[in-house]
Amino acid sequence: MIPVIGLAIGIVAGIVLQPTVPAPLQPYVPIAIIAALDAVVGAARAIGEKRFDDRVFVVSFVSNVLIAAAMVFLGDQLGVGSQLSTGVIVVLGIRIFANAAAIRRQIFHA
Amino acid sequence: MRERSRRVTRPMQVLIAVLVGALAFAIVAQWREDEQRDFAGVRGAELGELLKSLDASNQRLSRQISELTATRDELRDSTASDEQAEEAARKRADELAILAGTAPAAGPGIAVDIDGGQEVMTAAVLLDAIEELRDAGAEVLAVNGTARVVANTYFLDDRDGIRVGGRLLEPPFVIEAIGDPHTLDEAVYFRGGLADRVETKGGTVSVERRERLTITALADATDAQYARSASTDPEETP
Repeated sequence: MIPVIGLAIGIVAGIVLQPTVPAPLQPYVPIAIIAALDAVVGAARAIGEKRFDDRVFVVSFVSNVLIAAAMVFLGDQLGVGSQLSTGVIVVLGIRIFANAAAIRRQIFHA
Repeated sequence: MRERSRRVTRPMQVLIAVLVGALAFAIVAQWREDEQRDFAGVRGAELGELLKSLDASNQRLSRQISELTATRDELRDSTASDEQAEEAARKRADELAILAGTAPAAGPGIAVDIDGGQEVMTAAVLLDAIEELRDAGAEVLAVNGTARVVANTYFLDDRDGIRVGGRLLEPPFVIEAIGDPHTLDEAVYFRGGLADRVETKGGTVSVERRERLTITALADATDAQYARSASTDPEETP
């Protein structure tokens, strides 16, 4: 229940405060969001399979975000930032699709 | 999996809520950021490429501008010279129309009244009179206000009068001539001229000088049936 409240507070805060992404973080926020979404979808699948672990979720969420940001940072430093962020998004997108497919199979058995 | 995971502790729930809230916040922030569509999120290398392509298109467009400006100036110049040529052509056409008798003419001149019967005025006398007036610089001539005298006008004695360019004119005759009134006047009265010839036959001649004489009689414009301009391209002639 508390996480749902947190979600609502986050959305409301985002709308009310109207934040702007700081310029230095501009390239990292989209990737971090995708990485976090991957963790969230993975957690949803784990809940469906009744093996959700809060510690695993927290660790995977934080590490996903950090690793994604780090990869983009590294890519920028190496001069392949746009290509590497595309690659990260592709990989995370595949993982999100795979998890979503697992959730779908559990719910619809199809 | 581990049995402990069944029971989620409260602090962990709060932490998860914070993470999910942060994610939602970031999504909303990024969403709004994307709607602004500025270049803040574009990488340096991409910005460089963008700048380079903009630079190239800028150069191309400014070259195009200078080309088009040159073309426009050229066209404007040629329009001006076309207008000059058209003006000159129109002026020339007006002059030729007066000469050919297809346009009315006005100017200073004289009107010569010749009183006398048919035995006084013959076609030969009238032709001589016209020639004298032309000799004196008459530019536009008309007889009785109806027959314009031009290059191909002919004079022919008829039973009731004189046929001038196909029109039958009856006495008394009035010759209107546009030109210098003084010179024209003298052309009528010189010794052995029109006045002498008419008066020896019993007629009378009177000359009226006018500051402004308007001749509205027009000659019939005829297309040459045989004559062609020799200066035209020989391939064009049939």
